Amino acid sequence: MAESKNTGRRYFLRFVSMIMLILSLVAAETIAESSRLLPVVPDYKLTFPHDYGAHQDFRIEWWYITGWLETADKKPLGFQVTFFRYATDQNQDNPSRFAAKYLIIAHLALSDPAAGKLMHTEKSAREGFDLAYARPGNTDVKLDDWTLVREEDGRYQVDMRTGDFGLQLSLTPTQMLMLQDQNGFSRKGPKPEQASYYYSEPHLSVTGTVFRQNKPVTVNGRAWLDHEWSTAYLDPEADGWDWVGANLDDGSSLMVFQIRKKNGGKVWAYAALRDVSGEVKFFNPEQVEFTPTRTWKSPHTDAVYPVEMHIRTGEIEWQLTPLLDDQELDSRQSTGAVYWEGAVTLIRDNQPAGRGYLELTGYVKSLAL
Amino acid sequence: MNSASLSRWLLFGEWRAHFVQMIVALVAIAIGVAMAFSIHLINTAAFNEFSAASKSLSGQSDLQVYGRKAFFDESLYPLLANTEGVALANPVLELDVVVPGKLQNRNDHKLKIIGIDMFRAVQISPDLLGLTEEGKTLDRLASDAIFLSPAAMEWLQVEQGDSLSLHVGLQTITLRVAGGLVRARAGQRIAVMDIGVAQWRFQQLGLLSRIELKLKNVVNHAAFKVKLAEQLGESYRVTEAIDQEKRIANMSRAYRVNLNMLALVALFTGTFLVFSTQVLSVIRRRQQFALLRVLGFTRQQLLRQIITEGAILGVIGSLLGLGLGYAIAATAIQLLGGDLGTNFFPGVKPSIYFDPMAALIFFLVGLIVTMLGSIAPALEAARAKPALALRSGSEDVAMAKFSPPWFAVICLLVALLFTQLPPIFGLPVFGYLAIALLLIGGIALMPRFAAWVFSRLLSQLQRYRLSAVFTLVLARLANAPNQAAIALGGILASFSLMVAMAIMVTSFRVSIDDWLGHVLPADLYVRAAASGDQGGFQLDTQKAIAELPGFDRVDFFRTQQLSLDANRPEITLFARPVDRTDARNTLPLTDDRIAPGALPGNVMPVWVSEAMVDLYGYRVGEKVTLPIGATFSEFLVAGVWRDYGRQFGAVQMQLADYQRLTGDLSVNTVALWLQTGMTPDAAIANLRQLPFGAALEISRSSDMRALSLEIFDRSFAVTYILEMVAVVIGLLGVAASFSAQTLARAKEFGMLRHIGVMRRQIFAMLAAEGGLLTLLGIVLGFVLGWGISLILVFIVNPQSFHWTMQLHLPWGWLTMIAGIMLVSAALTALLAGRQVVSGNVIRAVREDW
Repeated sequence: MAESKNTGRRYFLRFVSMIMLILSLVAAETIAESSRLLPVVPDYKLTFPHDYGAHQDFRIEWWYITGWLETADKKPLGFQVTFFRYATDQNQDNPSRFAAKYLIIAHLALSDPAAGKLMHTEKSAREGFDLAYARPGNTDVKLDDWTLVREEDGRYQVDMRTGDFGLQLSLTPTQMLMLQDQNGFSRKGPKPEQASYYYSEPHLSVTGTVFRQNKPVTVNGRAWLDHEWSTAYLDPEADGWDWVGANLDDGSSLMVFQIRKKNGGKVWAYAALRDVSGEVKFFNPEQVEFTPTRTWKSPHTDAVYPVEMHIRTGEIEWQLTPLLDDQELDSRQSTGAVYWEGAVTLIRDNQPAGRGYLELTGYVKSLAL
Repeated sequence: MNSASLSRWLLFGEWRAHFVQMIVALVAIAIGVAMAFSIHLINTAAFNEFSAASKSLSGQSDLQVYGRKAFFDESLYPLLANTEGVALANPVLELDVVVPGKLQNRNDHKLKIIGIDMFRAVQISPDLLGLTEEGKTLDRLASDAIFLSPAAMEWLQVEQGDSLSLHVGLQTITLRVAGGLVRARAGQRIAVMDIGVAQWRFQQLGLLSRIELKLKNVVNHAAFKVKLAEQLGESYRVTEAIDQEKRIANMSRAYRVNLNMLALVALFTGTFLVFSTQVLSVIRRRQQFALLRVLGFTRQQLLRQIITEGAILGVIGSLLGLGLGYAIAATAIQLLGGDLGTNFFPGVKPSIYFDPMAALIFFLVGLIVTMLGSIAPALEAARAKPALALRSGSEDVAMAKFSPPWFAVICLLVALLFTQLPPIFGLPVFGYLAIALLLIGGIALMPRFAAWVFSRLLSQLQRYRLSAVFTLVLARLANAPNQAAIALGGILASFSLMVAMAIMVTSFRVSIDDWLGHVLPADLYVRAAASGDQGGFQLDTQKAIAELPGFDRVDFFRTQQLSLDANRPEITLFARPVDRTDARNTLPLTDDRIAPGALPGNVMPVWVSEAMVDLYGYRVGEKVTLPIGATFSEFLVAGVWRDYGRQFGAVQMQLADYQRLTGDLSVNTVALWLQTGMTPDAAIANLRQLPFGAALEISRSSDMRALSLEIFDRSFAVTYILEMVAVVIGLLGVAASFSAQTLARAKEFGMLRHIGVMRRQIFAMLAAEGGLLTLLGIVLGFVLGWGISLILVFIVNPQSFHWTMQLHLPWGWLTMIAGIMLVSAALTALLAGRQVVSGNVIRAVREDW
């Protein structure tokens, strides 16, 4: 039976790898354009709380929370929580309650230096029967017993537990929203339609409980939330991306990403640095530069990740060091997504500057199964 | 010469001298073992494949929740998914959909379509996830996508990318073959769709067939099952994989057991043949053994010698039998399918699995049977006083020891007793034991009976001037009955079994023919491709058909599957207009019924099939509750009817009652009676003119009748084959024992030739002996077979299939077979004797002294 299970996984993997292809790059042309789904346009004005909620008229949407936690005995932990909503563009006239119009996918990962590797798990379901949904109006996402809810006062409640690990966190905003790029219209390539709507909530104050081997540990820490939705934004030339979101010790927030080109170079890049007073400094693609300083070869996938990165934004030099090397999310045995999503510390001008998360996608060629 | 080489020398000497007999013995063992082994292989292969295929559909779930009816409301799904302790709830919609273009094969025109939610199913039954084209994984959710197993693609003659038309009620929908189900079992004919798409396209919105549950590890499964069953109440049943298996096993158990019994009958006939060959071979050599004893051979050595001989025969014969059985099974499965053409295991293609354990058991059975055949005469030969045994003519006395009359009488009495006992675990075990005992007793009684018959005949006929030859024949048969009886045993066993099977099959066939006339009274039957929970005809289409000209009477039927017991297969519910004044006008009722007019007006009557009485204990005049409509309702059992179509039970009720209880006004079948002057063809043409005419499945009752009988004949084809094998074994037995006897009687023939009997006369004598013996065997075989057929018709069938039938005797056929056997036995006897009589007369006589 084990054999058939693996086959099932392999089929499933193909499915999710497709979702992940959309997320973690590859050509925009694979997305069949539909008249029903809306394009991302520059003059849209994000309004809240409406835009905290789901946007069903767009192909894909995600709520992405990463952060550093500290246990009572001062041990650091990294965590990543993601909920995706995906419009299949199928079954629009199907009156069945099972009609697979929208899919909900969720990832959960915990980086524990004591364990030496990433613990991760994921789930997928079609929206329906109130078992899985992403509600409009305010952040309210559910996948079976996993939930992410934004309360009236702006506090987020996350509850995700699985067989042997999980977390139950409460995240309280300490700063205002950070609209990325042009008031939340975030360009991803040279063409204007290659874009998404994108806002972040940096410096979320975290309290809650983490479960490891089913044992609860009280934790607190800092997190970063991204909410992004789009219909099509990736350039066909794109190969993968490198992204960093960091809560800096002085209260400022840094977000940097680059979209790499297939044969080297970059398709697009972007950086924003907001200081504690709310002043934002934007950097255009030419001002942003990623330079790997140390690579790590994954024993699971043989992929080589630049886990230590030197980043330049304008005149500022950043050095990134991972909490641990093995923060690869290798779920080829279940859902097929493979990327590196890790807790990192930042050094600015040789001084510790803050902590954040680095995401490296497109380093495993086998993604294109 | 040491004893080992002496033993070898004796063995090879014997086999060289009686090569044909040795071969016959080998063949007998081999055929017996082969039949039993091949039937076992076929049955296990078919059953394992069927249950594996069913299991692969329900995957690795801990529990399954079904409705009492085939479908239930989907609102249970979120309820179960949110139940504490449930790790995963996997909703499934399973449909059997009619494939246009396959309608000519009424038994086999449906495609099983399984609607799944891939995100749930991936964790329980990953084999059901379709393989899409490269990079188009979301195609699994597409509203026109269907995935087919390789066997289904082959059956439907489609490939990936082709379109596929299917009937839904009275409409035709077209789907796209989006890919394959590469992990489906070989021969398994299934299709998979997205559950939401299946609900929509097949008009099953809001309905599910089952929900499979995976429980959290910490949950106590048994306790959870009990609690859930309690919570869900009577409308649902909660099963485990093991229950499923039991259910599947139950479905085909009676069929499998009966086939195994037939195989054992073949083995039994073979056994008898081996026994008689061994006995004859030992008896023939009594003098030789006595001589060996006189020369210093000890009793143990002699015993060892004979047993070794038997063991070698047994080993070789059984091995041959295993090989032959495997070959037969492989061929039969190739040609007829795992259910030997009976459609008991539809939609699977089994492959034979060689189980060393089973092979060892069948090998040992063959070996032990042969050894037993050797040990009895070996003991007799070893015990015999050499001085007596050396004398000629002591053989018959020796044989008498093998058939003490009290043994035969006890066998027959016990057989009689066993016919009165009830079934064990729903199987007619005692019925089969009674058959075996009847056979053994009959054969054991044979010598005495033969002696009695022939001496009576001799004394009766002595008044007339009989020819010398005929007197000799009668005298021989009357005075040396034991040798004759052994020859007779084979004929008796095979002929009586054949008679029994022939009577049983004829009775069954005639009863089914009568029954078909009764259950198919209308001229035309019109069906619409069932669409799951709904009958294919809604009110408007019913009206359109009823308004067509040319029909005397139009009846509507609603059929449905109901589950009353989680461990048993579903029963069938028929709702139809039943004649209020006398239900016999509508149903093939037995005498067990409430008299017409005696039915109280305030109750809802149901008429139940015989299986309901046996399996669920329904009694006429009692009240029963059935899950019809939203809740359980009370009904009065008003009568019992014969049903040869559904051995797991069926219930008939008034259509009006059904519609009042359920609010379901759809029907599945329309029965049409033609007005005089209207031809069936014209009526069919009218029906086809209707807007939905193309999707109708129209059958004439005469065709349905012919087809049913054809299916019946096909399912008994294997019985005929087994009968033929039994007859061939029987004739082999005649050949073997006659050639053995005539060889042993070489001196007798030599003496006869000396006193002036012509060679021609000796041939006539042999033919007459053979003929008379066979005649007696046939007469007795008929009586015995008739007795066995009574057991088959009145005990085995009702107990295993829950239907009764009337006894009918196929006289013509029986006479023909009797004639053929008579002639072939006489010829066999003659041929066997030729060789001996043509030998040197002087030498033949001298050999004796």
